[in-house]
Amino acid sequence: MSASRTVLRLEDVVKVYDSTPPVRAVDGISFTVEEGELLGVVGPSGSGKSTLLHVMGTLDRASSGLVEVVGYDVSKLSDRKLSSLRSRHIGFVFQQFHLLSGYTALDNVADGLLYTGLPLDERRFHAAVALDRVGMGHRLDHLATKLSGGERQRVAVARAIIGSPEIVLADEPTGNLDTATGDSVMALLRELVDMGTTVIVITHDREIADGLPRTIAIRDGKIERETVAAGAAI
Amino acid sequence: MSDQKLVASKLHAADVGRTAAVGLRSRKTRAFLSAVGIAIGIAAMVAVLGLSESSKSELLATLDRLGTNLIAVQAGEGIGRGSGELPDTAAPMISRIGPVEQTAAVASVDANVYRTDLMPEDRTNGLSVQAVDITLLDALAGTVADGRWFDEASASFPTVVLGSVAAERLGIDEAGGDVWLGDEWVTVIGILDEFELSPDLDRAALIGFGAAEQYFDSDGVPSTVYVRADPEYTDEVMGVLAATANPINPEEVEVSRPTDALEAREAADDTLTALFLGLGAVALFVGGVGIANVMVISVLERRAEIGLRRAIGATKRHIAVQFLGEALLLSILGGVVGVGLGYLITAIWSSYREWDVLVSQLAVFGGLGAALIIGSLAGLYPAVRASRMSPTEALRTG
Ligand SMILES: Nc1ncnc2c1ncn2[C@@H]1O[C@H](COP(=O)(O)OP(=O)(O)OP(=O)(O)O)[C@@H](O)[C@H]1O
Ligand SMILES: [Mg+2]
Repeated sequence: MSASRTVLRLEDVVKVYDSTPPVRAVDGISFTVEEGELLGVVGPSGSGKSTLLHVMGTLDRASSGLVEVVGYDVSKLSDRKLSSLRSRHIGFVFQQFHLLSGYTALDNVADGLLYTGLPLDERRFHAAVALDRVGMGHRLDHLATKLSGGERQRVAVARAIIGSPEIVLADEPTGNLDTATGDSVMALLRELVDMGTTVIVITHDREIADGLPRTIAIRDGKIERETVAAGAAI
Repeated sequence: MSDQKLVASKLHAADVGRTAAVGLRSRKTRAFLSAVGIAIGIAAMVAVLGLSESSKSELLATLDRLGTNLIAVQAGEGIGRGSGELPDTAAPMISRIGPVEQTAAVASVDANVYRTDLMPEDRTNGLSVQAVDITLLDALAGTVADGRWFDEASASFPTVVLGSVAAERLGIDEAGGDVWLGDEWVTVIGILDEFELSPDLDRAALIGFGAAEQYFDSDGVPSTVYVRADPEYTDEVMGVLAATANPINPEEVEVSRPTDALEAREAADDTLTALFLGLGAVALFVGGVGIANVMVISVLERRAEIGLRRAIGATKRHIAVQFLGEALLLSILGGVVGVGLGYLITAIWSSYREWDVLVSQLAVFGGLGAALIIGSLAGLYPAVRASRMSPTEALRTG
């Protein structure tokens, strides 16, 4: 047995949307991700990247195949159990940030723990720590709507990591940012990986993808090729 | 491989309230507008209940002041119902009933009253002339507006006391002058306030029985005898009055309690109250529909938020509770404003009518309770809809 732990295992995962005509958005994908890995998922628009991320994040159920997240076979978990799994073990970062407009940066991040049952002052305390970690310690009381795009994405990253999840899933986190700001968000994600968090990033950006230790390219819902950068630790 | 137990997602009640408050605060105008309907409905209901209670308490005070032990014994009039006169013996027989405390007879006098002797005969102004016992004022709880009431002496002289309406129609506003009554100038010694229990007498010129017999040819046979009974035995006295007043034809005697008319008027008000309550309920219903409508729109607009909340660990139930919480908060806000408004309306109207302000706890808590029920009914459908939304669908639209 290897010393590292498998945090994500996909075996022959298929996701079919029951639309007319039905769409096989994910069509037999298998791979595993070890603890502390940084994995990139690339592919053309419509290739099934977001669908795959939703399935890995338990926001959607696979039509068939095995999805195992931090040791749980998600097909065996009820809807409520999946919510619990997400609240403690998975963090999400989205292209559109999805910050709540009426809330300050601090409360946006604190809400990352809203459904864990922690009391408000503890949630806020952890939020301040997380915001500090992403370099936003000076913007705690700013309303989300008053922040720049890069700042918003940093707040969103802080929200994703506030509960110290094993896995962070990021869907085009730099898609709405300019290159420099996008790079700084990527640097942030690399820091998380250095601290032991597993990060899976969907990206369009060739340059970003080339800089990742391991990438999986998908097309039409199938793995087209897997690249492991020379010298990258597996 | 992992045997650790999953810790269930949970959401504290305080957080539901906080989240709902922020949700409404970020959409203030809309929240305000959608709470207005509830506020109006509750205000209407509280005000209607408050006003009806205040007027009821006013009625009780009035009844207390006037006493419910006054009984009117009247001669029936019409074919098969009587001659319009009680037997001579009616008044003395009635006063012999044990629990009768006071009697006051009224007899109509065949004469008219005019401002001057130059007035044409037929210009009676609808006024009558009545001979009365000097106990009448006391028995009817009447009051003198100007001048004085009869005493033993003035009751047998040609002097007159005018009912309030009679004085007004004759154009007399103070005691001391003369009026043309029958074929004589008669001195007005007093003018009365309105009788609350016997409005007929407001339209009469009153003279003493002695004067009536001596100067106006009256036979002194009463048409009505007012009776004050021991309050404990009012019903029993009422039961025997007809036979006592007219032992031969008791069916020609009408026995009534003047305060019953006041209570009947209040009962009519109750119908009106019910009508307004109904209108309030309609406003409340429309308010509820308004809230439901706003919440449905809100759910559609906030798909991304719903998706995000599912991603950070909210269960379907948590989503439902959040939207239900917002609907409830909206309707409670509307309810509180409505109760306050209803109270204000009651207070203003009551002080205008010089009533005591009475808004019962029932109206207040009933109002808030109704708001709560409306809120939960209105929030239920949008909440369920929000909770059924698929998280991926919700996130995609953001
Ligand atoms: N709810 C749905 N019903 C039917 N088809 C869907 C649904 N969601 C996605 N699809 C289809 O599934 C395929 C994969 O979609 P997905 O969003 O995963 O692509 P993507 O790789 O993330 O694309 P992009 O780079 O543009 O974000 C597409 O053809 C899309 O049209
Ligand atoms: Mg996508």
